[in-house]
Amino acid sequence: MTDTTPTNSLFKTSDRTKSRNAAEKRFRVYGIIAIFIGLFMLLVLASTIVLRGTSAFQQTFITLDVELLESKLDKKGNRNIDDIKKVSTFGYNPILVNAVRGSLEKNGIETSLKKKELSGIISKSAPSQLREYVLADVSRIGQTIEFRFLANGWIDGYLKGRYTRESVANSKFASAEQFDLIDELIKVGVVEKKFNLDFILGADASDQRPEASGIGVAVVGSFYMMLVVLLLSLPLGVAASVYLEEFAKKNLFTDLIEITISNLAAVPSIVFGILGLAVFINYVNLPQSTPLVGGLVLTLMTLPTIIISTRASLKSVPPSIRDAALGIGASKMQMVFHHVLPLAAPGIFTGTIIGMAQALGESAPLLLIGMIGYIATNMPANISEGLLAPNSAMPAQIYEWAKRADPAFVERAWGGIIILLIFLLTMNTLAVVLRRKFERRW
Amino acid sequence: MSTYGVLGLLFLIAIFGFFFGRIKALSSADGDIKKLHSLPQFYGLNAVFLAFFPPLLVLVIWTFAQSIFVDERIKRELSPWILAEQKNINLVISEVDRLSDGLKVSVELGSLTYQQISAKTVGLGGIENILNASGVFLTDDIQAPILAAARLKFYMETLGNSFRNWLVIIGSIIGLVWALTQAKLNFRARPRVEQMILVLLAAAATLAIFTSVGIVLSMLFEALRFFGMHPWTDFFFGSTWAPSFSAGSELSILPLLWGTLYISFVALLVAVPIGLYAAIYLSEYASRPVRAFAKPLLEVLAGIPTIVYGLFALTTFGPFLRKFFGDGGFLGVEWMSDSRSVITAGVVMGMMLIPFVSSLSDDIINAVPQSLRDGSYGLGATQSETVRNVILPAALPGIIGAILLAASRAIGETMIVVLGAGAVAKFAGNPLEALTTITTRIVSQLTGDLEFDSAETLVAFALGLTLFTITLGLNVLALYIVRRYREQYE
Repeated sequence: MTDTTPTNSLFKTSDRTKSRNAAEKRFRVYGIIAIFIGLFMLLVLASTIVLRGTSAFQQTFITLDVELLESKLDKKGNRNIDDIKKVSTFGYNPILVNAVRGSLEKNGIETSLKKKELSGIISKSAPSQLREYVLADVSRIGQTIEFRFLANGWIDGYLKGRYTRESVANSKFASAEQFDLIDELIKVGVVEKKFNLDFILGADASDQRPEASGIGVAVVGSFYMMLVVLLLSLPLGVAASVYLEEFAKKNLFTDLIEITISNLAAVPSIVFGILGLAVFINYVNLPQSTPLVGGLVLTLMTLPTIIISTRASLKSVPPSIRDAALGIGASKMQMVFHHVLPLAAPGIFTGTIIGMAQALGESAPLLLIGMIGYIATNMPANISEGLLAPNSAMPAQIYEWAKRADPAFVERAWGGIIILLIFLLTMNTLAVVLRRKFERRW
Repeated sequence: MSTYGVLGLLFLIAIFGFFFGRIKALSSADGDIKKLHSLPQFYGLNAVFLAFFPPLLVLVIWTFAQSIFVDERIKRELSPWILAEQKNINLVISEVDRLSDGLKVSVELGSLTYQQISAKTVGLGGIENILNASGVFLTDDIQAPILAAARLKFYMETLGNSFRNWLVIIGSIIGLVWALTQAKLNFRARPRVEQMILVLLAAAATLAIFTSVGIVLSMLFEALRFFGMHPWTDFFFGSTWAPSFSAGSELSILPLLWGTLYISFVALLVAVPIGLYAAIYLSEYASRPVRAFAKPLLEVLAGIPTIVYGLFALTTFGPFLRKFFGDGGFLGVEWMSDSRSVITAGVVMGMMLIPFVSSLSDDIINAVPQSLRDGSYGLGATQSETVRNVILPAALPGIIGAILLAASRAIGETMIVVLGAGAVAKFAGNPLEALTTITTRIVSQLTGDLEFDSAETLVAFALGLTLFTITLGLNVLALYIVRRYREQYE
């Protein structure tokens, strides 16, 4: 026998090994790239939200000394409230124009702008703001008072960089001359950009006045919806899970319930909206656009989530606890309610909070039960009004703003998303903390 | 007495029953708790159950049945007049409601009496004046048939309510008395109470069934009404979606289905490779800290509300794409006329679906037994060869299940397509064009002022039913595959 010389050395990697190792490396890189794309998308989304939304929390304000002229507001001069009420918001416009002129004179600014363009720098909600102020106390007529008005949405857009002199060249809502004037007014401190609490607490406004709209009423609407969801889905969900997990014998009926629940969790949310429309509104005649109906629809969606998590935490309570309770003479019902349920409670609450957070961010079913197109301008005065008066909800309000033509509303939609996400983040953090603090390993 | 009043009275009777049942049981044992069969509160609870729940059930069922019955009766009463006068039935009904509510308010205030209404002694003008005086303002002049219907409604409701209230209260008192006679030394109160609790628990579990039956039935009925007005052949096999409010709408699901599937396909094209590679890397390669960092962050993508993705598609991603493909864009082409398109919605939806694919695939890859990997390494395979040739084939059914679940999510997704996909219903292949989906059309047909008797509105229920069937089928299939796969390795 002759020795065959080895064709490849152990000390030198063969081409085949090289290509196999290269393939290995490539494969690994693909994985890393995939994860980076995923994380990059999250980063893009998060930075978009922050970059485009934070400006909604600031608003341009104009501070003016307004002389509440008797000759315009109370021609008879006898301070009769009924006469003063007859002056519509339109009648307050000249007073505003005078106030702007006065401010310009005081600061020595010259302008060639006409009346309409001068009052155009102030929000359309300013006259009604003045009127309300006057009607609250008619003796204020004749005085000169310092007011802080919202600037018009276009002016606000100029300060936030949404509009430039070139982009408004053909606009009938704003002009380059107005922007020149605003520049002057910023220098003397009459016009300022400041934090706007009314965006968080205020009500929605019509699509003419983006600067005056806020999300506060919709937050309250969401709150009432969540109240309905909590009060209905927690007791129902826990009762159903206790029955299925602890009492039900395995038969066709309980199998049917199990299959239904696991499939309910996967039904597209819009289908629940159709159900709400057909059953709650068309058939039972509950009032449209109300948090009660919204809450009922969201309850149906949340129920499966709560049932699934409750059953999981009931399952995790070890049988020894049950045996011990039964052994010292507890009935089955006492065993469940005195021992198993309290031990499973942290898991149940965690699941409930997560289910509620999902429901809070859900918008598709709300579109169908009429929570859009409705301008929520009034805070509900009491609980029954909160449940039964038409209102909006946070995601529905965001959608409503996203649909409106004026780009100022897009900024507000992103701002609304920040508020929505703060709520969701708080709820999810609470759930994680609850789980960390009370989770028990048996 | 109002419904709330009856409810309050029921509560009072129940509370009274609890304490009295407890006291009565204790006194029958001469105050010695050891002689009783059950703890004293069970005797009290027994009274609560008997005096509260059966009457409550009667109250709820009666209230619903009555409102349906009265509505039907009023509609029947008014339908000849509505037909003759060509009125809008919904407006007429709401006017009747308002008027009969007004009558109720006036009676409560005392400006009208029940006899005056039932004997019809007050004429049209008189009623209007009285209503105005008691602060009920009507938009229009009252018409005679509406007043008659409102009278009838008021009469039936008042009568029905008082019958109901008496029935409920007497029933509650009977229950209370029965429970109190039972509250004696040897009565086995605890088993009885526990049995009743069990019934309540079972009722709660059954509600889930009712919900899904409700979903299916409500959509089925309305869809059947739709098919009564519109040929089903056009719905399933037609080629055009063109609702018009004059006659002659063409309402075919096929163009919508095409848009839905196209956008879902684009979404899966984004989500599946990224999700799958991410899952493989996380489960096979990543060190523990990397995994602990990246996995929850990826899952955040699934927890963000869909409205956020929708807004992102509409205001950020769509305009971004237009900068490249749109008029005057960087590439100098005019392929994109609107920022809403298949790609816009599809890619953004793909972002949302990444964690659906990655989390489930991750679980499934982890479930592949270590012995398979060890065997493969022992034969000299590299790690990637093991993944490709051993782990993926073994995990394939589960991964397919995960992809099907993601597909079902994509098909039923609403907000992203409503904001990002557009409203054009046609069989277009260009991914930079706007297309519409089933969910988008459901939203547009069911928002605004609705009339539940036109094919254009009811088509949404047929669409919803189809959507429900498709997603349910996908889900059942996916869960079946995943379960079969899990059993294989257990």
